[in-house]
Amino acid sequence: MTAAVETGQTVIHGDRVSLLRVLGPAHVWALGVGIVLVGEFTGWNFSADKGGALAALIVCWIVGLLYTSVAMIDSEVTSTVAAAGGQYAQAKHIVGPLMAFNVALFLVFAYTMLEVSDAILLGDTIVAKAGVEGLTHNSFIAATIVVLAWLNYRGVLMTLNVNFVITAIAYVSIVILFFSVSPWTQGAVLKLNELVTPGNALPYGWIGVIAAFQFGIWYYLGIEGTTQAAEEVRSPARSLPYGTMAGMITLLIAAAMTWYVCASLMPWEYLGITYYPLWDAGKLTGSPLLENLLFIATLLAALASANGCINDAARAWFSLGRDRYLPSWFSAVHPKYRTPYRSILFLLPIALAFAFIADLNQAITFSILSGVLQYTFMSINIMMFRRKWPLGTIRRGYTHPFHPLPAIVLFCLCMVTFFAIFLGFGSQLIAMTVFYFLISLWFHFYRYKFVRRGDQFSMPWPKPQGY
Amino acid sequence: MWMGLSYVCWGISVVLAAWMLYDWFKVDTTYSEAVLTSSREGELEAVSEKHRI
Repeated sequence: MTAAVETGQTVIHGDRVSLLRVLGPAHVWALGVGIVLVGEFTGWNFSADKGGALAALIVCWIVGLLYTSVAMIDSEVTSTVAAAGGQYAQAKHIVGPLMAFNVALFLVFAYTMLEVSDAILLGDTIVAKAGVEGLTHNSFIAATIVVLAWLNYRGVLMTLNVNFVITAIAYVSIVILFFSVSPWTQGAVLKLNELVTPGNALPYGWIGVIAAFQFGIWYYLGIEGTTQAAEEVRSPARSLPYGTMAGMITLLIAAAMTWYVCASLMPWEYLGITYYPLWDAGKLTGSPLLENLLFIATLLAALASANGCINDAARAWFSLGRDRYLPSWFSAVHPKYRTPYRSILFLLPIALAFAFIADLNQAITFSILSGVLQYTFMSINIMMFRRKWPLGTIRRGYTHPFHPLPAIVLFCLCMVTFFAIFLGFGSQLIAMTVFYFLISLWFHFYRYKFVRRGDQFSMPWPKPQGY
Repeated sequence: MWMGLSYVCWGISVVLAAWMLYDWFKVDTTYSEAVLTSSREGELEAVSEKHRI
């Protein structure tokens, strides 16, 4: 390599500026769980409105199965395709450029809209706590998005160290709440047997359970974001499967505890419409300490999620620029902080604009739809991956068991979720499908001619079987 | 107190946004476009890990 080029205080080793490999499994955990955990503080409970408290529990486990499949599939593929962009890089190597372009857009929209939802939630939570007339959420939204963008701009290590701490505090608050209400004794604080009875457990029958899938996604939405760190972890083959699977186990435990406490303290009619189920649970215990702890934890969970989303959306956008799917201007890496700084800055005003004008429900639906489209792709992707490069032909950091069962389960559950979304937000589903179709035409007929076709396939793999 | 906190949030947002814009301008005028966009996918992976089964 060439000698170091020194400019001011920044030293560039060699003639290339790349993202830094500084992360370990704990950072991967912090990224995945950080993005998701806000779903326990708000979001999942709307499934109770769709189908009752028992439906919220049923989808907790069934959607848990969907995401366990996602985590297993993702761990196998990404431990092999270790590049920023995560599922985008996977799609590029395994399916093809048009699929990759769409997957990258799914990622950017899913994470940017989730970031917007987090910022709105944080602003609304502070306004609700303050109870001051004339106080609006705009300043809190702006501070959330700008401060976190700044943190991401300054470096990935500090960003995910902060995420680890605030995610851990939010998680521990759920554990503290759980053990504070004597979960082993019904009747003292918890009244599950009175609130969930055979008469009201499934008020809309099994169609209510199907409809609940739409918001059941919130228990785990975003765990697949761990793959965006692939180019910045020290050992992708070890850290990514370990961090992702540990994150999924953590979330399954958190989801079960959250449902149990909330369903035992609130009737399903209220649980299904409140924006703050865990904070409300803290209030209902009668303990000011728990109430304030859950208020702070709600804010921290929203912050951690928005922080991870900025990280992931910027990496997906950066990867599109690096392969010239978008102008290569977006692929710049900061020579000192080693972050995709132009992508971070480009997405910042977009997030702010949506946060100021969009409604929370619309932003959440946009995010969920993009996420489910991505999961559908993953079920097809793993089938093609195993067919083109069977076990033994390339090195895998992790091999998921029971193939093709997880892929089939994932695909079927995605179809059920699409149906559930169609029941609640049919027009948005159709509008988004039309949007992705039109943008695909633009990519195919206009943008793809700018792509250096040979350069985009970077993995040193043998030829796929059948080619 | 909450109104004061709201003004502080606006202030922090403006200061940090201005800093990022300043740093962006400084970096873009100090380094060539070729250096800034020189990152390549999978490059470190190919160098640091031999692809053996």
